[in-house]
Amino acid sequence: MVDQSTRGKTAEEVRPPESVELPSWERRHVLDLDDFSRPEVEQVIETADAMKEVLGREIRRVPTLRGTIVATLFYETSTRTRSSFELAAKALGADVVTVAAAASSVQKGESLVDSARTLQAIGANILVMRHRQSGAPYLVAGHVDMSVVNAGDGWHAHPTQALLDAYTIQHHLGDLRGKKVVIVGDILHSRVARSNIWGLTTMGAQAVLCGPPTLLPWGLRPGYRGNEDRALPPVEVDTNFDRAIEGADVVMALRLQLERQQAGLLPSLREYVQLYQVNEERLTRAKPNVLVMHPGPINEGLEISPEVAHGARSVIEEQVTNGVAVRMALLYLLAKGR
Amino acid sequence: MAEHVILSPEDIRRSLSRIAHEIVENNPTLNDLVLVGMRTRGVPLATRLAQRIAEFEGRGVPVGALDIGLYRDDISYLDLKPELKPTEIPTDIAGKRVVLVDDVLFTGRSIRAALDALIDFGRPQHIQLAVLVDRGHRELPIRADYVGKNIPTARQEDVQVFLEETDGRDAVVVLSTES
Amino acid sequence: MNDSLGIRGGRILDPGCGVDLVGDVLIREGRVAAIGPDVATEAEHIVDASGLIVCPGLVDIHCHLREPGFEHKETMETGTRAAARGGFTTVCSMANTEPAIDSRAGVEYILRTAAAQGAVRVLPIGCISRGRQGKELAEMGDLAGAGAVGFSDDGSPVADAALMRHALEYSTAFGLPVIEHCEDLSVSHEGVMHEGWVSNRLGLRGIPAAAEEAAIARNIGLAELTGAHLHVAHVSTRESVELIRRAKARGVQVTAEVAPHHLALTDEAVMLAATESPGGLAYDTNAKVNPPLRPRPDVDACIEGLADGTIDAIATDHAPHAIEDKLCEFDFAAFGISGFETALALCLSLVHEGKLDLSTVIYKLTAGPVRALGLERFVPGLGSLAEGAPGDVLVFDPEAEWVVEPERFVSKGKNTPLAGRTLKGRVVATVCGGRAVFMEEGVAVSHGR
Repeated sequence: MVDQSTRGKTAEEVRPPESVELPSWERRHVLDLDDFSRPEVEQVIETADAMKEVLGREIRRVPTLRGTIVATLFYETSTRTRSSFELAAKALGADVVTVAAAASSVQKGESLVDSARTLQAIGANILVMRHRQSGAPYLVAGHVDMSVVNAGDGWHAHPTQALLDAYTIQHHLGDLRGKKVVIVGDILHSRVARSNIWGLTTMGAQAVLCGPPTLLPWGLRPGYRGNEDRALPPVEVDTNFDRAIEGADVVMALRLQLERQQAGLLPSLREYVQLYQVNEERLTRAKPNVLVMHPGPINEGLEISPEVAHGARSVIEEQVTNGVAVRMALLYLLAKGR
Repeated sequence: MAEHVILSPEDIRRSLSRIAHEIVENNPTLNDLVLVGMRTRGVPLATRLAQRIAEFEGRGVPVGALDIGLYRDDISYLDLKPELKPTEIPTDIAGKRVVLVDDVLFTGRSIRAALDALIDFGRPQHIQLAVLVDRGHRELPIRADYVGKNIPTARQEDVQVFLEETDGRDAVVVLSTES
Repeated sequence: MNDSLGIRGGRILDPGCGVDLVGDVLIREGRVAAIGPDVATEAEHIVDASGLIVCPGLVDIHCHLREPGFEHKETMETGTRAAARGGFTTVCSMANTEPAIDSRAGVEYILRTAAAQGAVRVLPIGCISRGRQGKELAEMGDLAGAGAVGFSDDGSPVADAALMRHALEYSTAFGLPVIEHCEDLSVSHEGVMHEGWVSNRLGLRGIPAAAEEAAIARNIGLAELTGAHLHVAHVSTRESVELIRRAKARGVQVTAEVAPHHLALTDEAVMLAATESPGGLAYDTNAKVNPPLRPRPDVDACIEGLADGTIDAIATDHAPHAIEDKLCEFDFAAFGISGFETALALCLSLVHEGKLDLSTVIYKLTAGPVRALGLERFVPGLGSLAEGAPGDVLVFDPEAEWVVEPERFVSKGKNTPLAGRTLKGRVVATVCGGRAVFMEEGVAVSHGR
């Protein structure tokens, strides 16, 4: 694959970009975006640019992480995130060990910490893990020497998703400062929403959370009991999607799990669609070049209408491609930066 | 740190002119010639060489920029910040005659990494190497086809190339720890 | 003098009897013989308490000794020794063992094992419902006859209001309190910590304060209806305290207790441990407890509740667990804090911070719990240093600083959120029935004349 961006340019136009003073990478784990500084997020984005170029070649492989073993330990089934990480590791020349928890010794009652230690004992340097329980990667990180990358823990965090979301937005809209990003859906149970709150506010964007009251994290609102002396992140919360979407630069729809209706949190999926679906009519209230995003997999016709999901403003597929580049960037920085 | 200027702006200009002519001499069919500068300072040097060639041959030669960050075998030994810039090579290099351009040739490890990178990009017909300065102390069997100046140095000395495009001035200096 | 012990020269504090003087406590044949300046000069054995506080042995009306059935977490022997180390001389053991204590045989087992292996006095609590299943009443008469001092399904609430009403009614025949763990399970459903900012931050399912308050409101209503004695276990929220306050003002026969951790820690303890955590979030399972640790306004309300008498007693809810029950994902970790050995110091921290006075704190750990459950019927003079009371005495240094090292706990349960913290206030000696059941290293009983 030929890099199209410099084709036809004269020698003068292909200039080396100004060298930016970036911090050296100190981080041992990537657990959440809550303690990433703006320069750190920028460093990941810059590095991902270089990785995206590698993915654009015919031979999508470099020898940088040769000799490094990346283990993936997924307690929740996930085709897209896991294969994204595996491809990222392989593109960097690393060896990959995949553990699907259902089929492993976990079934025999081995504890999480023991499973992680076993992977360390066979030589893994980096552990990528996804777990149904919030806090699981923090527990593991406290008991191993490996670097731990959180590929999603319960409701709590999904830092690589938020990074690829920031990368995607910046790619289309430039600097995130002041951009209005509306996250709509089941915010309460969403680790994607939580990590994006951190990522977006760190990068200066204006984050708005929108959804039915039973699916919003009221613990984030100032008036909530016990929050009297809390420093809350600067996000707005709104239950009215038609109002929230006014002037939005980005609309990020979250996956609605069908069990929420059974758990009594929603009267019906039909009502959810009526009030909160991202469709063409609603998008007319947003900015003309609004981006439509979704972490996937999509319930087509539920949180997003099919026309919008496959329409011109959707960057959903690009998010997936960017995901591999961003994950390559993180693996590179974790392996080489310290 | 004592700074001892080895090449003046005029010296650099003349070296590059000579190298440009040598390149054309050894690659008469300019059709399949590509200059690939190694980041960071190899890129302006490659650009200048392409300009020179355009002046006396009347036609342009494509110039690319190669980042070898993903191919280095020596990051752990150097106190480097792992910055990466994308590689930008504007044409398909398969079957082409590539001239790699770098500012200083030292241990040869950067060139080895660059060779790996180029071959991953495509299969060039031929790869040559042009450097402004060769300071010796090779650790691998690598040699340059075109050299601006051979400067024998002590291992602990540092040879630094400054260019207008990146540093605001043209000079090649040797920095030694003795005053 | 036969078999006499003198605790000499300390500040004797028995708030239940209004005693506060510097002097000796003389114990003869296992009972308090006299207190006053120089009354123990002739004692056979002497403990020097100068500069220290001397008070009645502490009474804990809510603890889990885990035997029978969960001996890997604790046994009567290790649990009572831990209690002694914490300054407690009487403990009421909850009935959620395996099998549960829902029969005469169960109560007799507890009493027998405690007599043989216990370091301190154990008063058993029997179940409210058979097997703690919450469906049928347990044989309260038999339990009472065997020596149970109250009824509780603690660990679990009685979910069915009709059963609770009947339990309260039936208990009046025996004059024993129904001790209820107040929690509406359908509201707290699968929650693992207080529902609020911290639970949201950590992505953990929360237990709203309303789950406790709704249950307390229900139970107070039923107690009022039946005229029975309801004792509310481990109160933790502001509204809970308010509900009890108003019920007492109306004349409802309700008493209440609070645990030391609900007076000194907030829900932030789940997020921030004493030591650095990777990612800055501890997810400390040692801070996972039910009812959960609450935010500051609730903690302050509980302290206020103690001060104005709404809450009658401090009870540890000592809940030891084995390591593997806590070294796992937060959602899967067992609820509970091993509290005996840190209780006194945690309570004294309120004194050091000027939030409560020493007299109130000691009262709530001695006479308060005894009066709340009416335990003086079973052991006259319990929780006091009145003449003839049991020779149960605690000697402690309110100023001594020490670092919490769970691995040095006597309890099998090392699960405490206080690991690594420096606390102020240390047990020097615990005497039960005239015998020293715990002495700090370096302290000795010397022989008198």
